[in-house]
Amino acid sequence: MTQTAPNYDELLTPSGVPRHSALSECLAALSADVLAERQKLAEEELLEKGITFAVYGHDAGTEKIWPFDVVPRPIPAHEWQQIEAGLKQRIRALNLFLDDVYNEGRILRDAVIPEALIRTAKTYRPECRGFRPPGGVWTHVTGTDLVRHHDGTLYVLEDNLRCPSGVSYVLENREIMKRVLPEVFEGSVIAPIDDYPERLLEKLLSTAPADAEHPTAVVLTPGIYNSAYFEHSFLAQQMGIELVTGPDLFVDRDDTVWMKTTRGPRKVDVIYRRIDDDFLDPEVFRPDSMLGVPGLMRAFRAGRVTLANAPGTGVADDKAVYQYVPDIIRYYLSEEPILSNVPTYLCSDPQQCAYVLENLASLVVKPTNESGGYGILMGPVASQDERERCAESIRRDPRNYIAQPMLTLSTVPTVINGRLAPRHVDLRPFILFGEQTFVLPGGLTRVALREGSMIVNSSQGGGSKDTWVLQQN
Amino acid sequence: MLCRVADSLFWMSRYLERAENQARFIDVTSSIALGYRGSEQALWSSLLHAGGDAEAFLQRYAAPTRENIINYLLFDRRNLNSVVSCLTAARENARSVRETLTAPLWEAVNRFYLRVRTDAAQQPRILKQPHQFLERIKRSAHQVLGVREATWSHEDAWHFSSLGYQLERADKTSRILDVRYFLLLPMLHTGSEQLDVVQWAALLESTGALQMYRRTWGPIQPARVVDFLVLSPTFPRSLRFCIDAAEATLRAISGNTTADPQNEAEALVSETSRRLASLRAEDIMATGLHPFIDQFQTTLNGIGAAVSGTYFQIPTPA
Repeated sequence: MTQTAPNYDELLTPSGVPRHSALSECLAALSADVLAERQKLAEEELLEKGITFAVYGHDAGTEKIWPFDVVPRPIPAHEWQQIEAGLKQRIRALNLFLDDVYNEGRILRDAVIPEALIRTAKTYRPECRGFRPPGGVWTHVTGTDLVRHHDGTLYVLEDNLRCPSGVSYVLENREIMKRVLPEVFEGSVIAPIDDYPERLLEKLLSTAPADAEHPTAVVLTPGIYNSAYFEHSFLAQQMGIELVTGPDLFVDRDDTVWMKTTRGPRKVDVIYRRIDDDFLDPEVFRPDSMLGVPGLMRAFRAGRVTLANAPGTGVADDKAVYQYVPDIIRYYLSEEPILSNVPTYLCSDPQQCAYVLENLASLVVKPTNESGGYGILMGPVASQDERERCAESIRRDPRNYIAQPMLTLSTVPTVINGRLAPRHVDLRPFILFGEQTFVLPGGLTRVALREGSMIVNSSQGGGSKDTWVLQQN
Repeated sequence: MLCRVADSLFWMSRYLERAENQARFIDVTSSIALGYRGSEQALWSSLLHAGGDAEAFLQRYAAPTRENIINYLLFDRRNLNSVVSCLTAARENARSVRETLTAPLWEAVNRFYLRVRTDAAQQPRILKQPHQFLERIKRSAHQVLGVREATWSHEDAWHFSSLGYQLERADKTSRILDVRYFLLLPMLHTGSEQLDVVQWAALLESTGALQMYRRTWGPIQPARVVDFLVLSPTFPRSLRFCIDAAEATLRAISGNTTADPQNEAEALVSETSRRLASLRAEDIMATGLHPFIDQFQTTLNGIGAAVSGTYFQIPTPA
């Protein structure tokens, strides 16, 4: 694929000067053989520790390790401060937005966002109307995707406000780095990340229903065949709380949630649920869901249990609503957005739709309510046939599509066949929202291992890297 | 502790113990089959009977040859009791509750599974010469036990895991004793013939008991072998030891410090424990070892069902 502009490399300036000299020197001192050997060690360790993800579309229970690359991705301190401030601002505004859309709807009355756009979002949950979660926290955990274009600017690509995953890999990657490549830490001071489970637990307990004196929190998982099962069990283990599946819980007539233990039922106050809204409660959402808990929404609405994240948050990360986030920030906070949005064309708008259809060859088209990189058309690399089929889908259901210019993701050197070669990366920081908002320094760096590819998703040939927020250069 | 988690810990442990027993049985049988004067086929087939797998085996294999039987017991995924199946199930159970295991324990179980899976790729070579493979299985199983001992708090999770080990051991010792005794019995009754010490020693070795037996009794005598495997209060694989340990475990789970059992499972183990304490090996042999073990198996099944009913299968209140 042809590039119109040179990549932005996170380690080297275009003239080849290291952006972070200590790291570059450490890497240069390692031979290709040593790098390849360490890479192998890292992968063996991942396998032995069972740090795997399930792959859909194969036999049930097929697990793979998620490829880990030993070259870290550094972020300078001053840049991180900006990112952190920008994320906090964004999450605060999005929570105010959620509270507003499910209650007064001021932002719709003031016509900042077209009401129709919200009402037609598949992720809008009428069941949440009139509800206010404890502390005004709708999104306890967010994993915002950031990418750096070749102009050097960081853009927010999407706000993952539902059940973002990946934080377990952030923590495990750091551990593995320390064990297999201790040399590269020399000369760098890196922000620690080990306190994430502690912070998450605090956050969960602090949003318990007010009448719960010694609240009990649990992690709710769809089970061992879910692609993120490792993470669910990892977080439960790290927080020292129970990992439950739907059938382990029940809701009684007083809308109280209980888990079935060998010593009888035990009350549950906070559920960090890693199950999508659709499957949460067969009484309210999909009746065929075997993963959820009948009556859970009843308990939630009665304020008897806290769900993290709250149901209905998906409406704020609908890819069409995304375009309005800068306006949402201005509306609720009277501040200018710190982080940039990618210019976005809404196909629900006839004029913008016409533009998209005419320029498919240069745009990226995304369904408004999908994640995991599914259903995306990369215009510049797609075949004529793929583009035509995409155009057809857009005409059939314009509300379901948006388009954005194709960004060139920045690169980081990556071990490929024992040698370093640039590969495209993104960044997913994790934010715990509340009275004291916490942003985990760094986050998950995903890397597209195929040359030239910009698809970083684990389901589609992506790997990951350790992310370093440098304390001093 | 969650009922589901207790259930999985119990079964994780049973499967791990089952895999180790399977490996030990095959190893000992391979050794005594060399130069064996009786029917080698009967000897190998006894392993199928010990696992209760004889019928299923004959439906799938043409003949009960050594290699077919070893393959069935080690590698056949259709056999739920094969070593590969046991480890897959143990690991699956462990994975579903890994947050309750210590990290070293989970990793020991996972490594055990991965090693066997890697080794299984060399199936033809292992079928010819299984010893090293079997030795690694035993060692990995013992490693899991060691890590379990060294890293895990003795709380409910530990107790449910212990219970799995205890009931599985009682089951396996009683089964191997049953089928091997059956093979040795005719020789016992011919009277004039010299006692087949090698075979009796092999029976002890199948449960790893030979060395400990020697220290207790010295020369091998059939009644003492039966006494040791059924009634020893100190050998960790004897029926009595396992039942006594299960009783202590069940009482630790319920917190029962009174003399009276608190639930059906406790009642059953307590009764069995009392009975074993009052028996003599000669009495068992006089009335027949096989009916005795048959009844013991029924009791074990009853205990398993009672544990499940008390702790694992809690219906959702309406």
